[in-house]
Amino acid sequence: MVAEVDSSIDTVFPSRSVGRPASRKRSEAGRAALLLLPSVVFLAAFTYWPIGQVLLQSITIEVFGVEATTFGIGNFERLLADPSFGRALVNNLIYAVGTILPSVAIALALAVGLQDATRFNATLRTIVFFPVLLPLVAAAALFLFVFLPGIGLLDYHLAKLGAGNTSWLGNPDLALWSLIGLTVWKNAGYYMLFFLAGLQAIPLDLYEAARIEGAGSWARFRRITLPLLGPTMAFVLVIAFVNVITQVDHVVVLTKGGPSDSTNLLLFYIYQQAHENYDYGKAAAATVLSVAGLLALSFLSLRTLERGIHYEA
Amino acid sequence: MRRANPAALLAVAALSAVVLVWSTPLLWMVIASFRPQNFGGLDMASLWPDFTPTLANFAEALESADFPLLYLNTLIVCAGTLAVQLATVTLAGYAFARLRFPGKELVFYAFLLQLMLVPPILIVPNLVTIVRLGLYDSLVGVMAPYFASAFGVFLMRQTFRTIPKDFEEAAIVDGATWWQLVWRVLVPLARPGMIAFGIVSVVSHWNEFLWPLMVISSPDNQTLTIGLASFTMGAESASQWGVIAAGTFLVAAPLLTAFALFQRQFVNSFLFSGVK
Repeated sequence: MVAEVDSSIDTVFPSRSVGRPASRKRSEAGRAALLLLPSVVFLAAFTYWPIGQVLLQSITIEVFGVEATTFGIGNFERLLADPSFGRALVNNLIYAVGTILPSVAIALALAVGLQDATRFNATLRTIVFFPVLLPLVAAAALFLFVFLPGIGLLDYHLAKLGAGNTSWLGNPDLALWSLIGLTVWKNAGYYMLFFLAGLQAIPLDLYEAARIEGAGSWARFRRITLPLLGPTMAFVLVIAFVNVITQVDHVVVLTKGGPSDSTNLLLFYIYQQAHENYDYGKAAAATVLSVAGLLALSFLSLRTLERGIHYEA
Repeated sequence: MRRANPAALLAVAALSAVVLVWSTPLLWMVIASFRPQNFGGLDMASLWPDFTPTLANFAEALESADFPLLYLNTLIVCAGTLAVQLATVTLAGYAFARLRFPGKELVFYAFLLQLMLVPPILIVPNLVTIVRLGLYDSLVGVMAPYFASAFGVFLMRQTFRTIPKDFEEAAIVDGATWWQLVWRVLVPLARPGMIAFGIVSVVSHWNEFLWPLMVISSPDNQTLTIGLASFTMGAESASQWGVIAAGTFLVAAPLLTAFALFQRQFVNSFLFSGVK
């Protein structure tokens, strides 16, 4: 997304300032400052300031009962020594890969399969899109019953295929995958919409030409659809990535990170440290590492994708 | 594509199967919420509506949580957030689309930072700020971190760019001041972008949970998602699955209804929000 902005910022509006009086330019800058001010105030208060704040908090050492504070890397040492944090980090990686790959693949398949504007397709698209509008908390409430061992929606219908009782949320080896299933169900419809829009932007003549050349439907998908969906794919991956870091409502409702930390995710860990253990130093240190990771990984992924797009096109 | 070859039929069958699986949780929600409470038992998960529908589950859900208050608080949060956002993003979007000023690219990147560092990741420091501002346990505290929206600014910038400059130039020739230009010419023309942003914003704040959970402490200020979460935990321990289904239905119904009524508008909004 950032890359797209970069390329368009000067090319869409070629410079008009040639020969324009300096005073006119100044007043334009003043007007711009005025228009940007409201946004800047709120961004400063709730995006820039908290980053500084959390950096400071992460290196502030407070000892209970002692008035004076000192500075150091103690919070980070305690954080890295906490096995729950390591577990949350690994879980979040598994959760990210396990969620993003299937939901993006399913979204792409559904978009390609349901792109023709028939009434039947529109109905199927609507059904897949419904979960997107549901609060994650509401989805979690429903999935309490879906995952209920024995009589729940999943086990009840699996029993007809001969499967037994499964403790979907109680088994530490399974619980994270159950949450992954919920997230894929909830998000695939959202990503599908972006792919549908991306598909509309692909000129139909390309497919016509490929057909005349004798390309089969798989070849058309591989050689036309996929490369031309590159920018959409980059956008969807970034959104999906932000989603797996910032959405933990279902963890709060369904598992509270358990059993034995098997579903603890980074943001839930931060929430736990701050809101339940009142360990703000550790919460701040974890936030700093998450923010750094979020920025680094998103820039990396954008770079890689960007290169891929240029290569293909 | 239109020839009925076996591969295409297979693809349609596979897609239909996926969609069928996709539909079951919500289908169950609708069926279970109308199922009589003493009915079902071990067949609670059945998707077959072989009973006389009743509203008993809804009645019990409405009794165990103050839904009118929860709806009201959620409406206030959504409307208040959106009202402030529309002002901030329209102004900034216009500045980025039309005005020339030094450091524009850098400022734009500084804005885009919020696309990555979304408020949920900063809940810990933001809670400190909210407490210091005296906004703890208030609905304004829930809304405040969202008053600026990088996403909205980006969207409005794109929207203003699609409006031909002729309109503005014509207005200038007619002697309009710049703010008349914005409010009389550009804002009406930018309405599709604003509606698109509005839908995305309302959906995301209607559904938000973790941040309000941290900011709100008294029951009087709870929003729907918080109410549903605590209500669900009570009903779960009593195994009242029909009541949970009904409560979930009540929370989700407004957005699902709005979507069913304005489907084209919703879909366009979500699309518009991403790709343009």
